[in-house]
Amino acid sequence: MKRLLHRLGFYVIAAWASITLAFFVPRLMPGDPAAAMFARFQGKLTPEALDALREALGFSDAPVYRQYLTYLGHILQGDLGISVSRFPAPVNTVIGEALLWTVFLAGMSVVISFAVGTLIGIVAAYRRGGWLDRLAPPILVFFGAFPYFWLAMLALFLFGFSLEWAPVRHAYSDGVTPELSFAFIGSVISHAVLPAATIVIATMGGWTLGMRNTMIAVMCEDYTRLAQAKGLPPRTIMFRYAARNALLPNVTGFGMALGFVLSGSLLTEIVFSYPGQGYLLLQAVRSLDYPLIQGLFVTITIAVLAANLLIDLEYAWLDPRAR
Amino acid sequence: MHKLWRHRSSRIGLSILAAMLLAALLGPLVLPDPQELLDVPMLPPSVDYWFGTTGQGQDVLAQTVVGARTSLLIGFVVGFSVVALGAIVGTVAGYFGGWVDDVLSLLMNVFLVMPGLPLMVVIAAYLPPGAVTIAFVLVFTGWAWTARTIRAQTMALRNKDFVLAAKVAGESDLRIVLIEVLPNMMSLLLSALIGATVYAIGAQVGLEFLGLGDANQVTWGTNLYWASNDAALLTGSWWTFVPTGLSIALVGFALAMLNGAIDEINNPRLSPHKAFTQRANRAGVALTGSTPVIRGTDG
Repeated sequence: MKRLLHRLGFYVIAAWASITLAFFVPRLMPGDPAAAMFARFQGKLTPEALDALREALGFSDAPVYRQYLTYLGHILQGDLGISVSRFPAPVNTVIGEALLWTVFLAGMSVVISFAVGTLIGIVAAYRRGGWLDRLAPPILVFFGAFPYFWLAMLALFLFGFSLEWAPVRHAYSDGVTPELSFAFIGSVISHAVLPAATIVIATMGGWTLGMRNTMIAVMCEDYTRLAQAKGLPPRTIMFRYAARNALLPNVTGFGMALGFVLSGSLLTEIVFSYPGQGYLLLQAVRSLDYPLIQGLFVTITIAVLAANLLIDLEYAWLDPRAR
Repeated sequence: MHKLWRHRSSRIGLSILAAMLLAALLGPLVLPDPQELLDVPMLPPSVDYWFGTTGQGQDVLAQTVVGARTSLLIGFVVGFSVVALGAIVGTVAGYFGGWVDDVLSLLMNVFLVMPGLPLMVVIAAYLPPGAVTIAFVLVFTGWAWTARTIRAQTMALRNKDFVLAAKVAGESDLRIVLIEVLPNMMSLLLSALIGATVYAIGAQVGLEFLGLGDANQVTWGTNLYWASNDAALLTGSWWTFVPTGLSIALVGFALAMLNGAIDEINNPRLSPHKAFTQRANRAGVALTGSTPVIRGTDG
């Protein structure tokens, strides 16, 4: 319990640090940030958009600490300002629609990649020198070397445009209305298969190698040897003795990898025109929608922190020493 | 270094890297200007243009090779800076411990838990686009991982006898860190350098693909950015993005091979099972579930 409170405290600090970073980065820029942004837009920024921007970032004539407090107050109330590119829609509404799609796509891919990758690692380490052990690591390392979004481009080109096996853009077909029907769910799944598969293939290698290496160490431990000497069935030794103990480092790595995988899946979304946070990020960058960029950063960071908290809870459940 | 060359997978990795660097250095001398509009856009690979032409009618081969220059340069410079910064923060935190460690560890963990790409985008969006911005952003967001591993290693070394002896002998802290601690984690630093370089190349390509790089510069990231902008997928011109992606993967693969080899040299337990099996067979030991004991003189 004490450890969990400790972790909770850490996440609060991390959230505060990232929110603060988002506040100070524009202010640390050389010169007047608003004027510089205005220059970058080369006259494309309307005055009301500039005002929205100033308000979202809390720019005003007040001293910096007052601006900061106002900004913090707004964020605590969940107010992220007004989007410039979709003026006058609030950033919250713009992000809210897209957040679910990202959580769905990235969450599903991460879970599948973790489960399958870890399982391959277990089997590969248990059957050292077997065909899986010889084939899986180099192949997965090879795929892991590609940028996620490039694999996505290739997959989209091969299976989407050339073979026409999978839909090429968006999260569901234009003809279906979002409702709880088989047509809609089927459409959503068929649109998610290709992007999810590329993320899974690109990320699986890390889990497999990590799991394999820890498993190899655990397989040399005395208790595994004892289990073998007792003549327990291989399946029991593999899962209940070795894998169970080797899993912990991979679970710890899960939290760290989350932010990394998310970054990759944001780019994958862009390739597939998937209406998630990544696609928004691209639009925000292209149209220099600073409030939206800030809002996306804050939202994504808080989502990752929340996921990490969940992983910590799970870790405490897996490892009694951590309670 | 000798050991690295003898290891098969690191030899493959080093050879690929050397070939890429050579091509990046010498290739632009014989290839046409990658920016020049030479011919009809989107020509498939042919005798004149081995890798075809881009959506603007530029030579894809020249773009890929010239792109390697900037991308590899940024990759290695950022990789090196990340390790340097990580080593400073990591050794300071690990060596001094106490509140210094508490503060620095908190900072590392905060940076580790923040999702990289959105953070990079937030910072890069406010700076003038270009290679320097990208390099700065990558170092700023990427140092924490290295710092954490180096901190752990420093803490393990801090209480070793030779470090304590140096302390008793009255050596300064700086000298102990530089002469006693850091040289004893060379392999860790090397593998951190490789990891950081892989990260730098990947993240740089990602940022430029998003359009945060200087679109007028030829790099691997901007190549992909233009391929995507010129609707390479829709028109089926795979040659505009495949060579660049393969090059990135080849570099990443070579570095991963090198890293794996370093791991195996340092941790013989991980070395391929084959060598061990061969040795056992030569010694005439049947391999069962338990570890056989091979007595003998063969290496």
